[in-house]
Formats: sequence, structure tokens, C-alpha cells
Amino acid sequence: MSKVVLGDLETKPIINRKNKTKIGKKLWNIFIESFGVVATLAIFGIPFYFVIINAFKNTQESSLLNMNWPSSFHLMENIQEVITARDGMIIRAFFNSVMITGLSIILLIVLGAAAGYVLQRKVTKVTPFFNFLILAGLIIPPAVVPTIWVLQEIGLFKTLPGIVLIEVALNLPFTIILYRGFMVTIPRSLDEMALIDGCGRFRLFFNIILPLLKPVSATVIVLTAVSVYNDFVNPLYFFPGAENATLQLTLYNFMSMYITKWNLLFTNVLLISIPPLILFIIFNKKIVAGMTAGSVK
Amino acid sequence: MFNTQRKKLVPLLLSSALMAGIIAGCNSKEETTSGGGKSSETETVTFLIDNQTQLDGIQGIIDEFEKKNNIKVEIETRPGGSEGDNIIKTRLATGDMTDLAWINSGSSLQAVNPEQNFVDLSNEPFMETIMDDYKAAVSANGKVFGIPGTPTNAGGWLYNKKVYSDLGLSVPKTWDELMANNEKIKQAGKTAVIGTFKDTWTSQVIVLADNYNVLQENPTFAEDFTANKAKIATTPAALRSFEKLEEVFKAGYMNKEFLATGYDAGLKMLADGEGAHYPMITFALANLATTFPDKMQDIGVFAQPSDSADKNGLTVWMPAGIFINKNSEHIDAAKKFLEFYVSQEGVTIYSSKIPPTGPFAIEGVELPDDVYPAVKDMIQYFDAGNNAPALEFLSPVKGPSLEQITTQVGSGISSAKEGAELYDKDVEKQAKQLGLEGW
Amino acid sequence: MNKLANKTYTYYFLLPAGIVYFVFFLLPTIMSLFFSMTWWTLTDWEFIGLENFKTFLSEPSLNIGFKNTLIYAVLTSGLKVILGLLLGVYLSSKLKTVGFIRSMIFFPTLLSTIAVGIAFTMMMHPSQGIINIVLQGLGIAGPDWLGDTDIALLSVALVDVWKGVGMATVIFIAGIMSIPQDYYEALKIDGGNAWHNFKSIIIPLSRPAMNTVIILSFIGGLRSFDLIWTMTKGGPGFSTDLIASIIYKQYQAGFFGLSTAGNVILFILVSALAFPLYSYLNKKEVDL
Repeated sequence: MSKVVLGDLETKPIINRKNKTKIGKKLWNIFIESFGVVATLAIFGIPFYFVIINAFKNTQESSLLNMNWPSSFHLMENIQEVITARDGMIIRAFFNSVMITGLSIILLIVLGAAAGYVLQRKVTKVTPFFNFLILAGLIIPPAVVPTIWVLQEIGLFKTLPGIVLIEVALNLPFTIILYRGFMVTIPRSLDEMALIDGCGRFRLFFNIILPLLKPVSATVIVLTAVSVYNDFVNPLYFFPGAENATLQLTLYNFMSMYITKWNLLFTNVLLISIPPLILFIIFNKKIVAGMTAGSVK
Repeated sequence: MFNTQRKKLVPLLLSSALMAGIIAGCNSKEETTSGGGKSSETETVTFLIDNQTQLDGIQGIIDEFEKKNNIKVEIETRPGGSEGDNIIKTRLATGDMTDLAWINSGSSLQAVNPEQNFVDLSNEPFMETIMDDYKAAVSANGKVFGIPGTPTNAGGWLYNKKVYSDLGLSVPKTWDELMANNEKIKQAGKTAVIGTFKDTWTSQVIVLADNYNVLQENPTFAEDFTANKAKIATTPAALRSFEKLEEVFKAGYMNKEFLATGYDAGLKMLADGEGAHYPMITFALANLATTFPDKMQDIGVFAQPSDSADKNGLTVWMPAGIFINKNSEHIDAAKKFLEFYVSQEGVTIYSSKIPPTGPFAIEGVELPDDVYPAVKDMIQYFDAGNNAPALEFLSPVKGPSLEQITTQVGSGISSAKEGAELYDKDVEKQAKQLGLEGW
Repeated sequence: MNKLANKTYTYYFLLPAGIVYFVFFLLPTIMSLFFSMTWWTLTDWEFIGLENFKTFLSEPSLNIGFKNTLIYAVLTSGLKVILGLLLGVYLSSKLKTVGFIRSMIFFPTLLSTIAVGIAFTMMMHPSQGIINIVLQGLGIAGPDWLGDTDIALLSVALVDVWKGVGMATVIFIAGIMSIPQDYYEALKIDGGNAWHNFKSIIIPLSRPAMNTVIILSFIGGLRSFDLIWTMTKGGPGFSTDLIASIIYKQYQAGFFGLSTAGNVILFILVSALAFPLYSYLNKKEVDL
């Protein structure tokens, strides 16, 4: 495809309406924009509002599950109760979730970038085989019980490294695809110049290539952070135990088979949505930039 | 196979210093030494309980026990339901079980191979006071493995006494009388039968709570069922249980939105008198008491009636048991705890924290006088000897899909007959997976 | 240069990723082929041939499961492609509110499926749920979204789209942005309008993006069950069961060999659909 801007991507106008008068065009734009905003607010804003408003209520009021304005505000109490529930389980869970997510990202970036780099640069007879393996990773659902068995055998069941390596293995294919796609945009001549300058093959990768992969790394960070952080099923299988709780599991603190405390449940939802929100604010603009070349070739 | 020694592939994979640091940080689990005659050190006994169980009573017993002994009891929680059963299985298989385990008696226990995993308590002196019916639900091959962890519950029809007196109804002795009551309640503009199928497990109660009636018609049904000699769809008395559920749906006695209504909403309907009947297991009384303490005097319970007035008895839910892990290093301390748990003192502490929702399965212990009216209703059946355990406490066979199937029957997706046939298939699969004889 | 390239781009770089991928993904997958033919309790096992496959395939809800899985995958991926493309075009424009709208649409992607599932279950309550209250206000009698067996699956699929369309949109935006400006210029000279832009530039040239979206969301749709599990648990009855949720139920019941056999069946099904789809899409892409 074409050359791609690596850095910040400015949005480009693609729809021209030259045949409209200036004022008409302005009105039209205002109409389109306000329609977009209203529709987005209705479809995406209302559910957020629903969760937030119920997090403010007390248990009785929240059990009605409506969107009425709360008669009194209990957010602080709710937060306090959520944090202290089950001996501060959410704090431990926060530590676990952040560790799992952080370590998985670091490993994914290094392993995924190295693999994507070589797979794009070197095309041999075995390349189709590697492509098959990557696609297989996207397609095949992980086999739960045999995976537990493997973890047992190597002594990593119920350990942090165990769950991290599982998350890495399961997210590798997509990560490699992103990196491999982005590598297309880095000209080979750059490698050659570096080699002529006396760069070794490792220095070439770590000092030259890896920094150039920054935009797609941002995409990888956001996407894998979200997928690992929000993963509920894998920690449940491979990282069980009370002290091993992750943040997703804390949702179940207030939702028993018998009685659900909705206000606390929604407060919990709010609290555990803060880290992804922060990540999103930091990387918002870069997500698209990384993908522009990445997953889309 | 799972317990083979761990190969050291780990160092290879995790050579980086970063990872090494984490592993070190992870292995911080304290190893408390046991036995060896050193009495100065506090022994710690770990205890795995599901998160559905109200812990106040158990915690009360633990606190008092810790005061009297140099033993600490540490509770770890797990999810309940079939997910919890599975966690127990996995942890037993991986040699990772706590010293004490809280497991439902009956079929759930049978599924985890008690003989291989738990300490035989048959000859312990404190087992003498445990009722025989209960022992049967926690036994395998003539050995007894557990003590009752809560009072005994029953499955039946919780009802609102106020609604009953307002409408001039009396407790039904036959199924027809019950349906006639339902009709009157419906005419009066109230919900006759509260359905809460959003929590699918609640859809099973009408079928399961009918077991007393099944056994009255067919005393050997449980054994025949286990031995694959009787099927539900072809045993009229057992099929009748599914038909009762079907009749309730067909007559339109349930609240309109029973598929979207959950258990807690159902309790509220019952307490407020918006609904008159709630087919439920009596542990619900504890939940009712927490949320609606002032309504407890209005709530009663009666057994699911049979088709004839002279057969009228209660189907009993055996309490979950506490079991000692065979591989525990603290078996003696654990036994001491169990002994205290079933003593009069233990029962008194328990009842002071959670008002009992039924009689204890322990001989000679007395219930307080101020028990809920519903519990008094229950005790009448016990005193008259008109009770029988639910099927799952008499047979290890229980299909995993019962709650989906009863949802289908209870919402008219399948007929009673189809549902019973589906369940027979489900049961067959489970029995084969358990490796039972005759399947 | 070839020799040099061979030395420079050494497959050693693949080794770390390869080891992790092999040990924690491929090995268990290969082993699952074996364990699917056993009666397995984790502590011991017995070889029983194809018995598990027979049992799994005779599971009464499996027919529903197959049908639902296909409907769910086609519906969610189809909607994500169409809506993602339209939103992608809309959000590639110069409108002032683009940033805000894009953030709102993308944000659900970041939320946990469980949290989304719980919130929507409440909002879809037939009488108290906000959705039906709003519909009532408009004079429409809303359905029982999750209780009506005819539409429960569709309701969950819509929530899936709600949560996932942001991702598809972003991929489309990325695809549309990498279309060189010259194409539009050329078309402009030829007197093309917005519709022409869309039809003869955006659609063909964002093909790679579209393929990515199709493949990812179709495979995701075939495999996923967490949203179904949070919202309906496969119910009412078995009416929203997917193959993946049936497998999970066998696992939950402790039927490990059986659930592993189900896993193998799902793996075969997904491969049989996804590999041909992938090569078909790729071929089309080359044809352009």
C-alpha cells in the first residue's frame, strides 16, 4: 500500500460537499453533528449513566434498578464498603490484576515484536507453516483441562508466572499479526544501512527496529491490556485461590446466588473500570495510528 | 498422575531476573509446622467454604473454639453451585485441598470420591449424636465422613399467612386443594405462585420437593433409580413431580415475568404479600430474616401435597457437611474442631448468631423457643415422622441440567413428559461419567 | 544480500515466542486430542475411544447449540462490519465532534464483559428495564428481551455488537485513513461526489480492514460465550446455548473428558469455517 504517516495522524476530510452553499453546508454539518452526538449519547451514554447513577444509591433504592435520581447520595459509603469487603479483597485483586496485565504486556511486546519482525522480513518455505500456526492460535479455543495439566506438571498452576504465560500465549497470535503488519512500513533499506554501520543483528532489532514500532506498540498495549485485564475465564481456571483473586472476580462479591447488592455491584463496576479509562485517555489518539498500518496491512 | 514431581522446566522459561523476583514473592505462603509435640506454637487449620453460606454462625463457633484451644481456623471462600463442586474436585485432584472442606451432602459429596479423599469419622465418639438420616447422606461404603454444618432444611411451599387469613384459606392437604387455593388467590388479584426462573436453580424446587410423595408411592424408587432400574419418565409417581410443575404453568398461576424475576425479588414478593406461595427451600428463611425481619411472623411453610390427603410429608434437605482432608497435616486439630462444632455449646453459639431455619441433625440439642413460625411448621412434620430426604441425598445420581429442564417445563417450552425424558438422558450421562454400576 | 538477510533475520528471534506458544497453547491443544478419548477424573483416566464424541454429539441441546453458534457469529460479525464501516466513514470526516463520538463508541471495548452483561440484563428487564420503559413512552410494547426464547439470542448478540463495534470502527478508521489522498483528488477531478467516494474508493480500498474485521469478529463470535453466560446462562432452558456454553457446562459438571471432546468438536467446526473464509478473503484481496 502507500506510505503511512508514523506519528500523530491528523484526521483527513474525505467527504467533500462542494456543491452546497457555505451556509447550507454549515447547517447540514450542525445537523449531522448533533444527530451523531444525540444518537451516541442515547445508545452509549445511557448504559454508562445507568451504572453510575445506581452506584450512588443505597441498597434498597438500587434494588429497584431504575434510572431515577437518587434520593440521597451514598457513593462514598459504597466505595468504602466495596474496598473493605472480604478483608480488602479488591486491593489484593488490584495488585494481582495489575501485575498480570503489566507483565503480560511487557512479554507480549518483546516476544511479539521479535516474532513479527522476523516473520515479515524473512520469507522462506516454512513461512506458510508459521502463518498457519498464527491463524490456528486465533481460531482454536484453548483446551482448559489439558492446560491445567501442563501447568501442574511444570509447577506453575496457581502461580502468577503461570497465568501470565498463559495470557501471553493466548494473545501472541494477534500481537504478532499487528507487528508483522506494521513492519511493512519500515523500509528494508533502513536495516541495510544499520548493518553497514556495523550494527549487530540484535542491536539492529533492539536499537533501531523496536523504537520504530512505537505506534503499533501503543495499540498492542491498549488492546492486550484490555483483553488481559478484563479476562475473567482464564484466571478462574488457571489462577484459582482466595489470595489469587483478580478484579473481575470481585464483581461476584456482591452477586451471590441469593442476594445481590446492586449499588455495591455497580460501585465495584465503576472502580474496576477506572484503570482502563486512564489507559484509554493516555492512548486514545494512538490506537488508530498504530493500527493504520498494523492489522490492516 | 497429577502428583508426579514437578519437572524443572520453569527455570528455563523464566530465566529473566524479573520473573525470578516474582516467583520468590509468590512463595510467601506460610508453612505452619504441625504436631511434633511443640504445643507452644499455634496450629492453623484451613477451611474452604462456599460464598453462598452465611458465615456468621460458623465464625461464632470458630471464635469460641480459638479462645479455648491453641488452634486457629482460617476460612477461605470459593464459589458455590456446580462451579464450586468443580473447584473442590480440581483442588482434591491436585493435592491442594484445605484441611477442612464444606461440601454439600448427598450427590455432590459422592461425586468427589469421599473414601479416597476424606477421613473416616465412623468411630469418633462425637458422631454418636448425629442423626442416622444425616449419616446416610455423608457415607460411602458404610463409612461416615462428615458432620452437619447447618440446621436441616426442607423443600416445600413457603406461604404468606396474612394472605391466607385475608382470603380465608387453609393449608392444603392435597394437590387439588393447593390448586384450588391458587385459583382463589389469582381471582383476588395476587400472584398465586412466585416464579423466579431468572435464578434457574429455583425452578427445580417443585420437582425436587415432591420426593416424599414419590417415595410414598414407590418406596424403593431411590435404589432403583441409582441402579438404572427405574426411569423418571416411565415411573408415574416420579413423572407426577414434573406434571405438577407443568400444571402450575398451564394454569397461569405464576407472576407474569417469572423468567426475568430473581430469587431476591421473589422473597420480597412473598414478604410483602404480593405473592402468596413460593416453592422454595427453607434456607430462604435466613435471607428473609436479614432483609425483612419484621415480616417473619407472616411466613409459614407446608409440605408439597400429594394427590391423597392421608399422605402428607415433608421433603428434607440435608445440611452441607464438614469433612477432613485425608492428606491434611492437622487431622487431630480438625477433629477437635468438629467435636466442638456439634456439641451443645457449638449449636448454642450457632443459633445465637443465625436463628435456625430448621431442626439440627444432632440428637439431644434443643432449638430456642422463639424460632420463626415457619420453623415451627416444619417441626410438626419432623415430630410426626412425616419426612424423607430429597432424592439427591439418597442417590448419587443427579443430572447437571435439571435446572434448565425444569425451566423448560415450567415455562411451557417442553411438556412434563418431554422434560422427564430429557432428564433421564441427562442422568444417564452423569451416571456414566461417575462410573456407576449398571449404566 | 540473501545470505546476509538469512543471517540477520534469524529464526532465533522466534524462539521465545515459539516456546511460550508451544508449551502453553499448542501442547495442551495436542493433548486435548488424546484426553478427548478418555474417561478422565484428573486423578486417573481410562481410554474409551470415541465414546465421548458420541455422548457429546447426542447432547440434547447440541442441535440448538450449533444453530445458535452460527446465527450468533454471522449476526455479530455482519453487524460489526456494516456498522463499523458506516461509523468509520462518518468518523473519518472533519466534523468537530468526531473525537467525542469515537471515544464514546470505543469505550465499551475497554469494559469487562461481565459488567456489560450485568448492566444490560437489568436494562432489558421486561417491565422495569429502561429499554422497555423508553419504548413504552414511544407507544411501543417492548418484548421480554431475554425471556422470550425467540429473541433472547438476538438480544445478547445486540449487546455483543454494542460492546464490540468500537473495535471494528477503529480498524475501519485506520483502513480509511491509510487510503492516499490522491485517490480522492483524482475522483474529484472526475466530478465524483461523496457517494462515489464511498463506493469506488472507500469500499474497495478498505478491503484489508474489512477482512480483518470479518475474520476477527466471526471467529470471536464462534468461540465466545462469556456474554451469553452472564446474561442468560444459555437459557431460558437451552434456548440460547452455544457450543462453547455446552462445553463449559460439561466442564462445570466435572466431565473433563467429555468437555475436552466438545472442545475438539468446536475446534474442528471453527477451523472448517474460518480457514476457508480466510483464504477466500485473502484471494479476493490479492485480486484487487
